[in-house]
Amino acid sequence: MKEGYREVDISSNTEIAKDIFELKVQIEFNDSLGDPGQFYMLRSWDFDPLLSRPFSICNIEGNVVTFLYKIVGRGTNYLSKLKPKDKLKVLGPLGNGFNLNVNGKVALISGGIGIPPMIYLAKKLSAEIDFYAGFTNEVYYMHYVQKYVNKIYITTEDGSTGQKGFITDIFRPEKYDVVFTCGPSAMMKKVVEKCENMIPVFVSMESIMACGMGACLGCSIKTKSGMKRVCKGGPVFEGREVFFDD
Amino acid sequence: MIDTKVNIAGVEFKNPVIAASGTFGFGREFLEYFPISKLGGLSTKGLTLRQREGNKGVRIHETTGGIMNSIGLQNPGIDAFIEEELPFLHSQDTVIIANVSGNTIEEYVISVEKLNQTDIDMIELNISCPNVKEGGISFGTKAEIASNVVTQVRKVCKKPLIVKLSPSAENIVEMAESCVEAGADALSLVNTFPALAVDISKKKAIFDNITAGLSGPCIKPIALRMVYEVSKAVDVPIIGIGGIMGYRDAIEYIMAGAWAVQVGTANFINPKACVEIIEGIEEYLQKEGISTLEEIRGII
Ligand SMILES: Cc1cc2nc3c(=O)[nH]c(=O)nc-3n(C[C@H](O)[C@H](O)[C@H](O)COP(=O)(O)OP(=O)(O)OC[C@H]3O[C@@H](n4cnc5c(N)ncnc54)[C@H](O)[C@@H]3O)c2cc1C
Ligand SMILES: Cc1cc2nc3c(=O)[nH]c(=O)nc-3n(C[C@H](O)[C@H](O)[C@H](O)COP(=O)(O)O)c2cc1C
Ligand code: FES
Repeated sequence: MKEGYREVDISSNTEIAKDIFELKVQIEFNDSLGDPGQFYMLRSWDFDPLLSRPFSICNIEGNVVTFLYKIVGRGTNYLSKLKPKDKLKVLGPLGNGFNLNVNGKVALISGGIGIPPMIYLAKKLSAEIDFYAGFTNEVYYMHYVQKYVNKIYITTEDGSTGQKGFITDIFRPEKYDVVFTCGPSAMMKKVVEKCENMIPVFVSMESIMACGMGACLGCSIKTKSGMKRVCKGGPVFEGREVFFDD
Repeated sequence: MIDTKVNIAGVEFKNPVIAASGTFGFGREFLEYFPISKLGGLSTKGLTLRQREGNKGVRIHETTGGIMNSIGLQNPGIDAFIEEELPFLHSQDTVIIANVSGNTIEEYVISVEKLNQTDIDMIELNISCPNVKEGGISFGTKAEIASNVVTQVRKVCKKPLIVKLSPSAENIVEMAESCVEAGADALSLVNTFPALAVDISKKKAIFDNITAGLSGPCIKPIALRMVYEVSKAVDVPIIGIGGIMGYRDAIEYIMAGAWAVQVGTANFINPKACVEIIEGIEEYLQKEGISTLEEIRGII
């Protein structure tokens, strides 16, 4: 039987770039703390806001789980105010993760705040990895990825670091055997299109979630094999299985 | 010795807490968190004759003290439910209520006839879904239309029949009375409130269907008042629904006249909400020296 929400200790909560925070929490071991692509529902409040917020696992070391989040609204704003020793409630790990059993050359492609699951994936894959990361302007966490990958490609929209433009502009699919991606829907759609029918692509989808555990059907998306819940059937899907809305 | 059992239309519930339709799936997800046999009962996700994909676009939106949803009755259809979900549900030792919706009276009737053939414990007629274009809430606003649906269903229904009322009923007491007259064995109220949210940056409604159903703590005082009024007016058992987040809310409903309660949105905030409410009610009764729910039912 799974535990429900657990109250956990915060180890640190640090702003690492403008409006981007790294949150480390200590979760007492029970089974697995999670795999790349899986996520947790987090809440540090009682009933206001009402819903918890989903965040991907960015790293796990011992019993410390790291999340990276961007402040976009009320929930993430509350999270950003948390200090060590404040209370946080977590439900997870939830959802399915990436298939780690791959061979050959692998491209990991992240855009914006799609980066957290890609970081943990880079750490856990034993294949040869090229890491593609598209940022708006400020670049973060690349020092951490360095040790797990062969090459890092960076783009920024303002050209301040790496190449100017979008990460999908510089991604060359023909070099790879498998592609994993997480980021804005339009970016993932482009990645899937670029890979055509030649290379397997796995995408990590986002959807507004209420429960995160399969009960509300709020996160359902249309796939080629019917409606699927992002929280339960995903967040990782085969790229050509899903329909991206524009 | 405290006893939280309730008997509704001849069906015994081990406690007064029922998981509300659409917020508990078919129970499987929650079984990972607690034995669902602890529940008084479980009302299934709304079932329709044929499978439905549900609505497009945003399906959930949070608002102050509540959530709005426009799921649009995504469900596998009655036949698939009977084949794939019911055997599992029936192995769980709790009261199973099939929540049924339809576009037309015929659809309700055929669905109920199919469920008659099964070991489902009760039927809950949803004449109040605000998120589907036809059927749904249009049956639940005018007493004479609702009465017609209930009458037709009653003719074929061999199971105890709960009718779930909409807060959009023109007059909730009249609505309740006419559903009872038409043959409802019990009433559950309320369903979600039709509501609106606007995205001012996109300058359009958040939901593709414009309106969506509001649930959660913000609806509790209104739903509670409706339960109170209806319980004074009719003789059948009432199941109270709306914004029950903890045992205190459940006790309020029972004091306002409810025999049992359904817990909805709270399941999303805490998968163990229902068990915690069951335990909370028991502790409350213990502490207050109350031995049965009947002692406090309708004391307001
Ligand atoms: C499986 C999954 C994993 C995620 N992992 C991460 C992560 O690792 N790091 C991270 O920063 N974010 C992640 N997100 C997005 C994150 O959940 C949202 O940014 C967060 O819920 C916003 O909460 P808020 O209260 O700050 O914003 P709100 O006030 O609720 O909303 C503000 C705006 O944020 C956007 N938003 C709200 N909810 C979501 C959502 N569920 N998905 C996308 N955008 C949303 C909408 O544009 C909304 O208008 C993930 C989402 C999912 C579904
Ligand atoms: C996501 C969601 C889906 C729902 N689906 C159904 C449904 O299929 N049939 C139904 O009768 N009620 C449905 N409801 C209404 C609930 O059963 C309940 O009446 C309502 O949410 C009010 O209770 P609450 O405030 O405890 O959530 C749904 C509610 C939500 C939030
Ligand atoms: S978030 Fe509730 S079903 Fe996925």
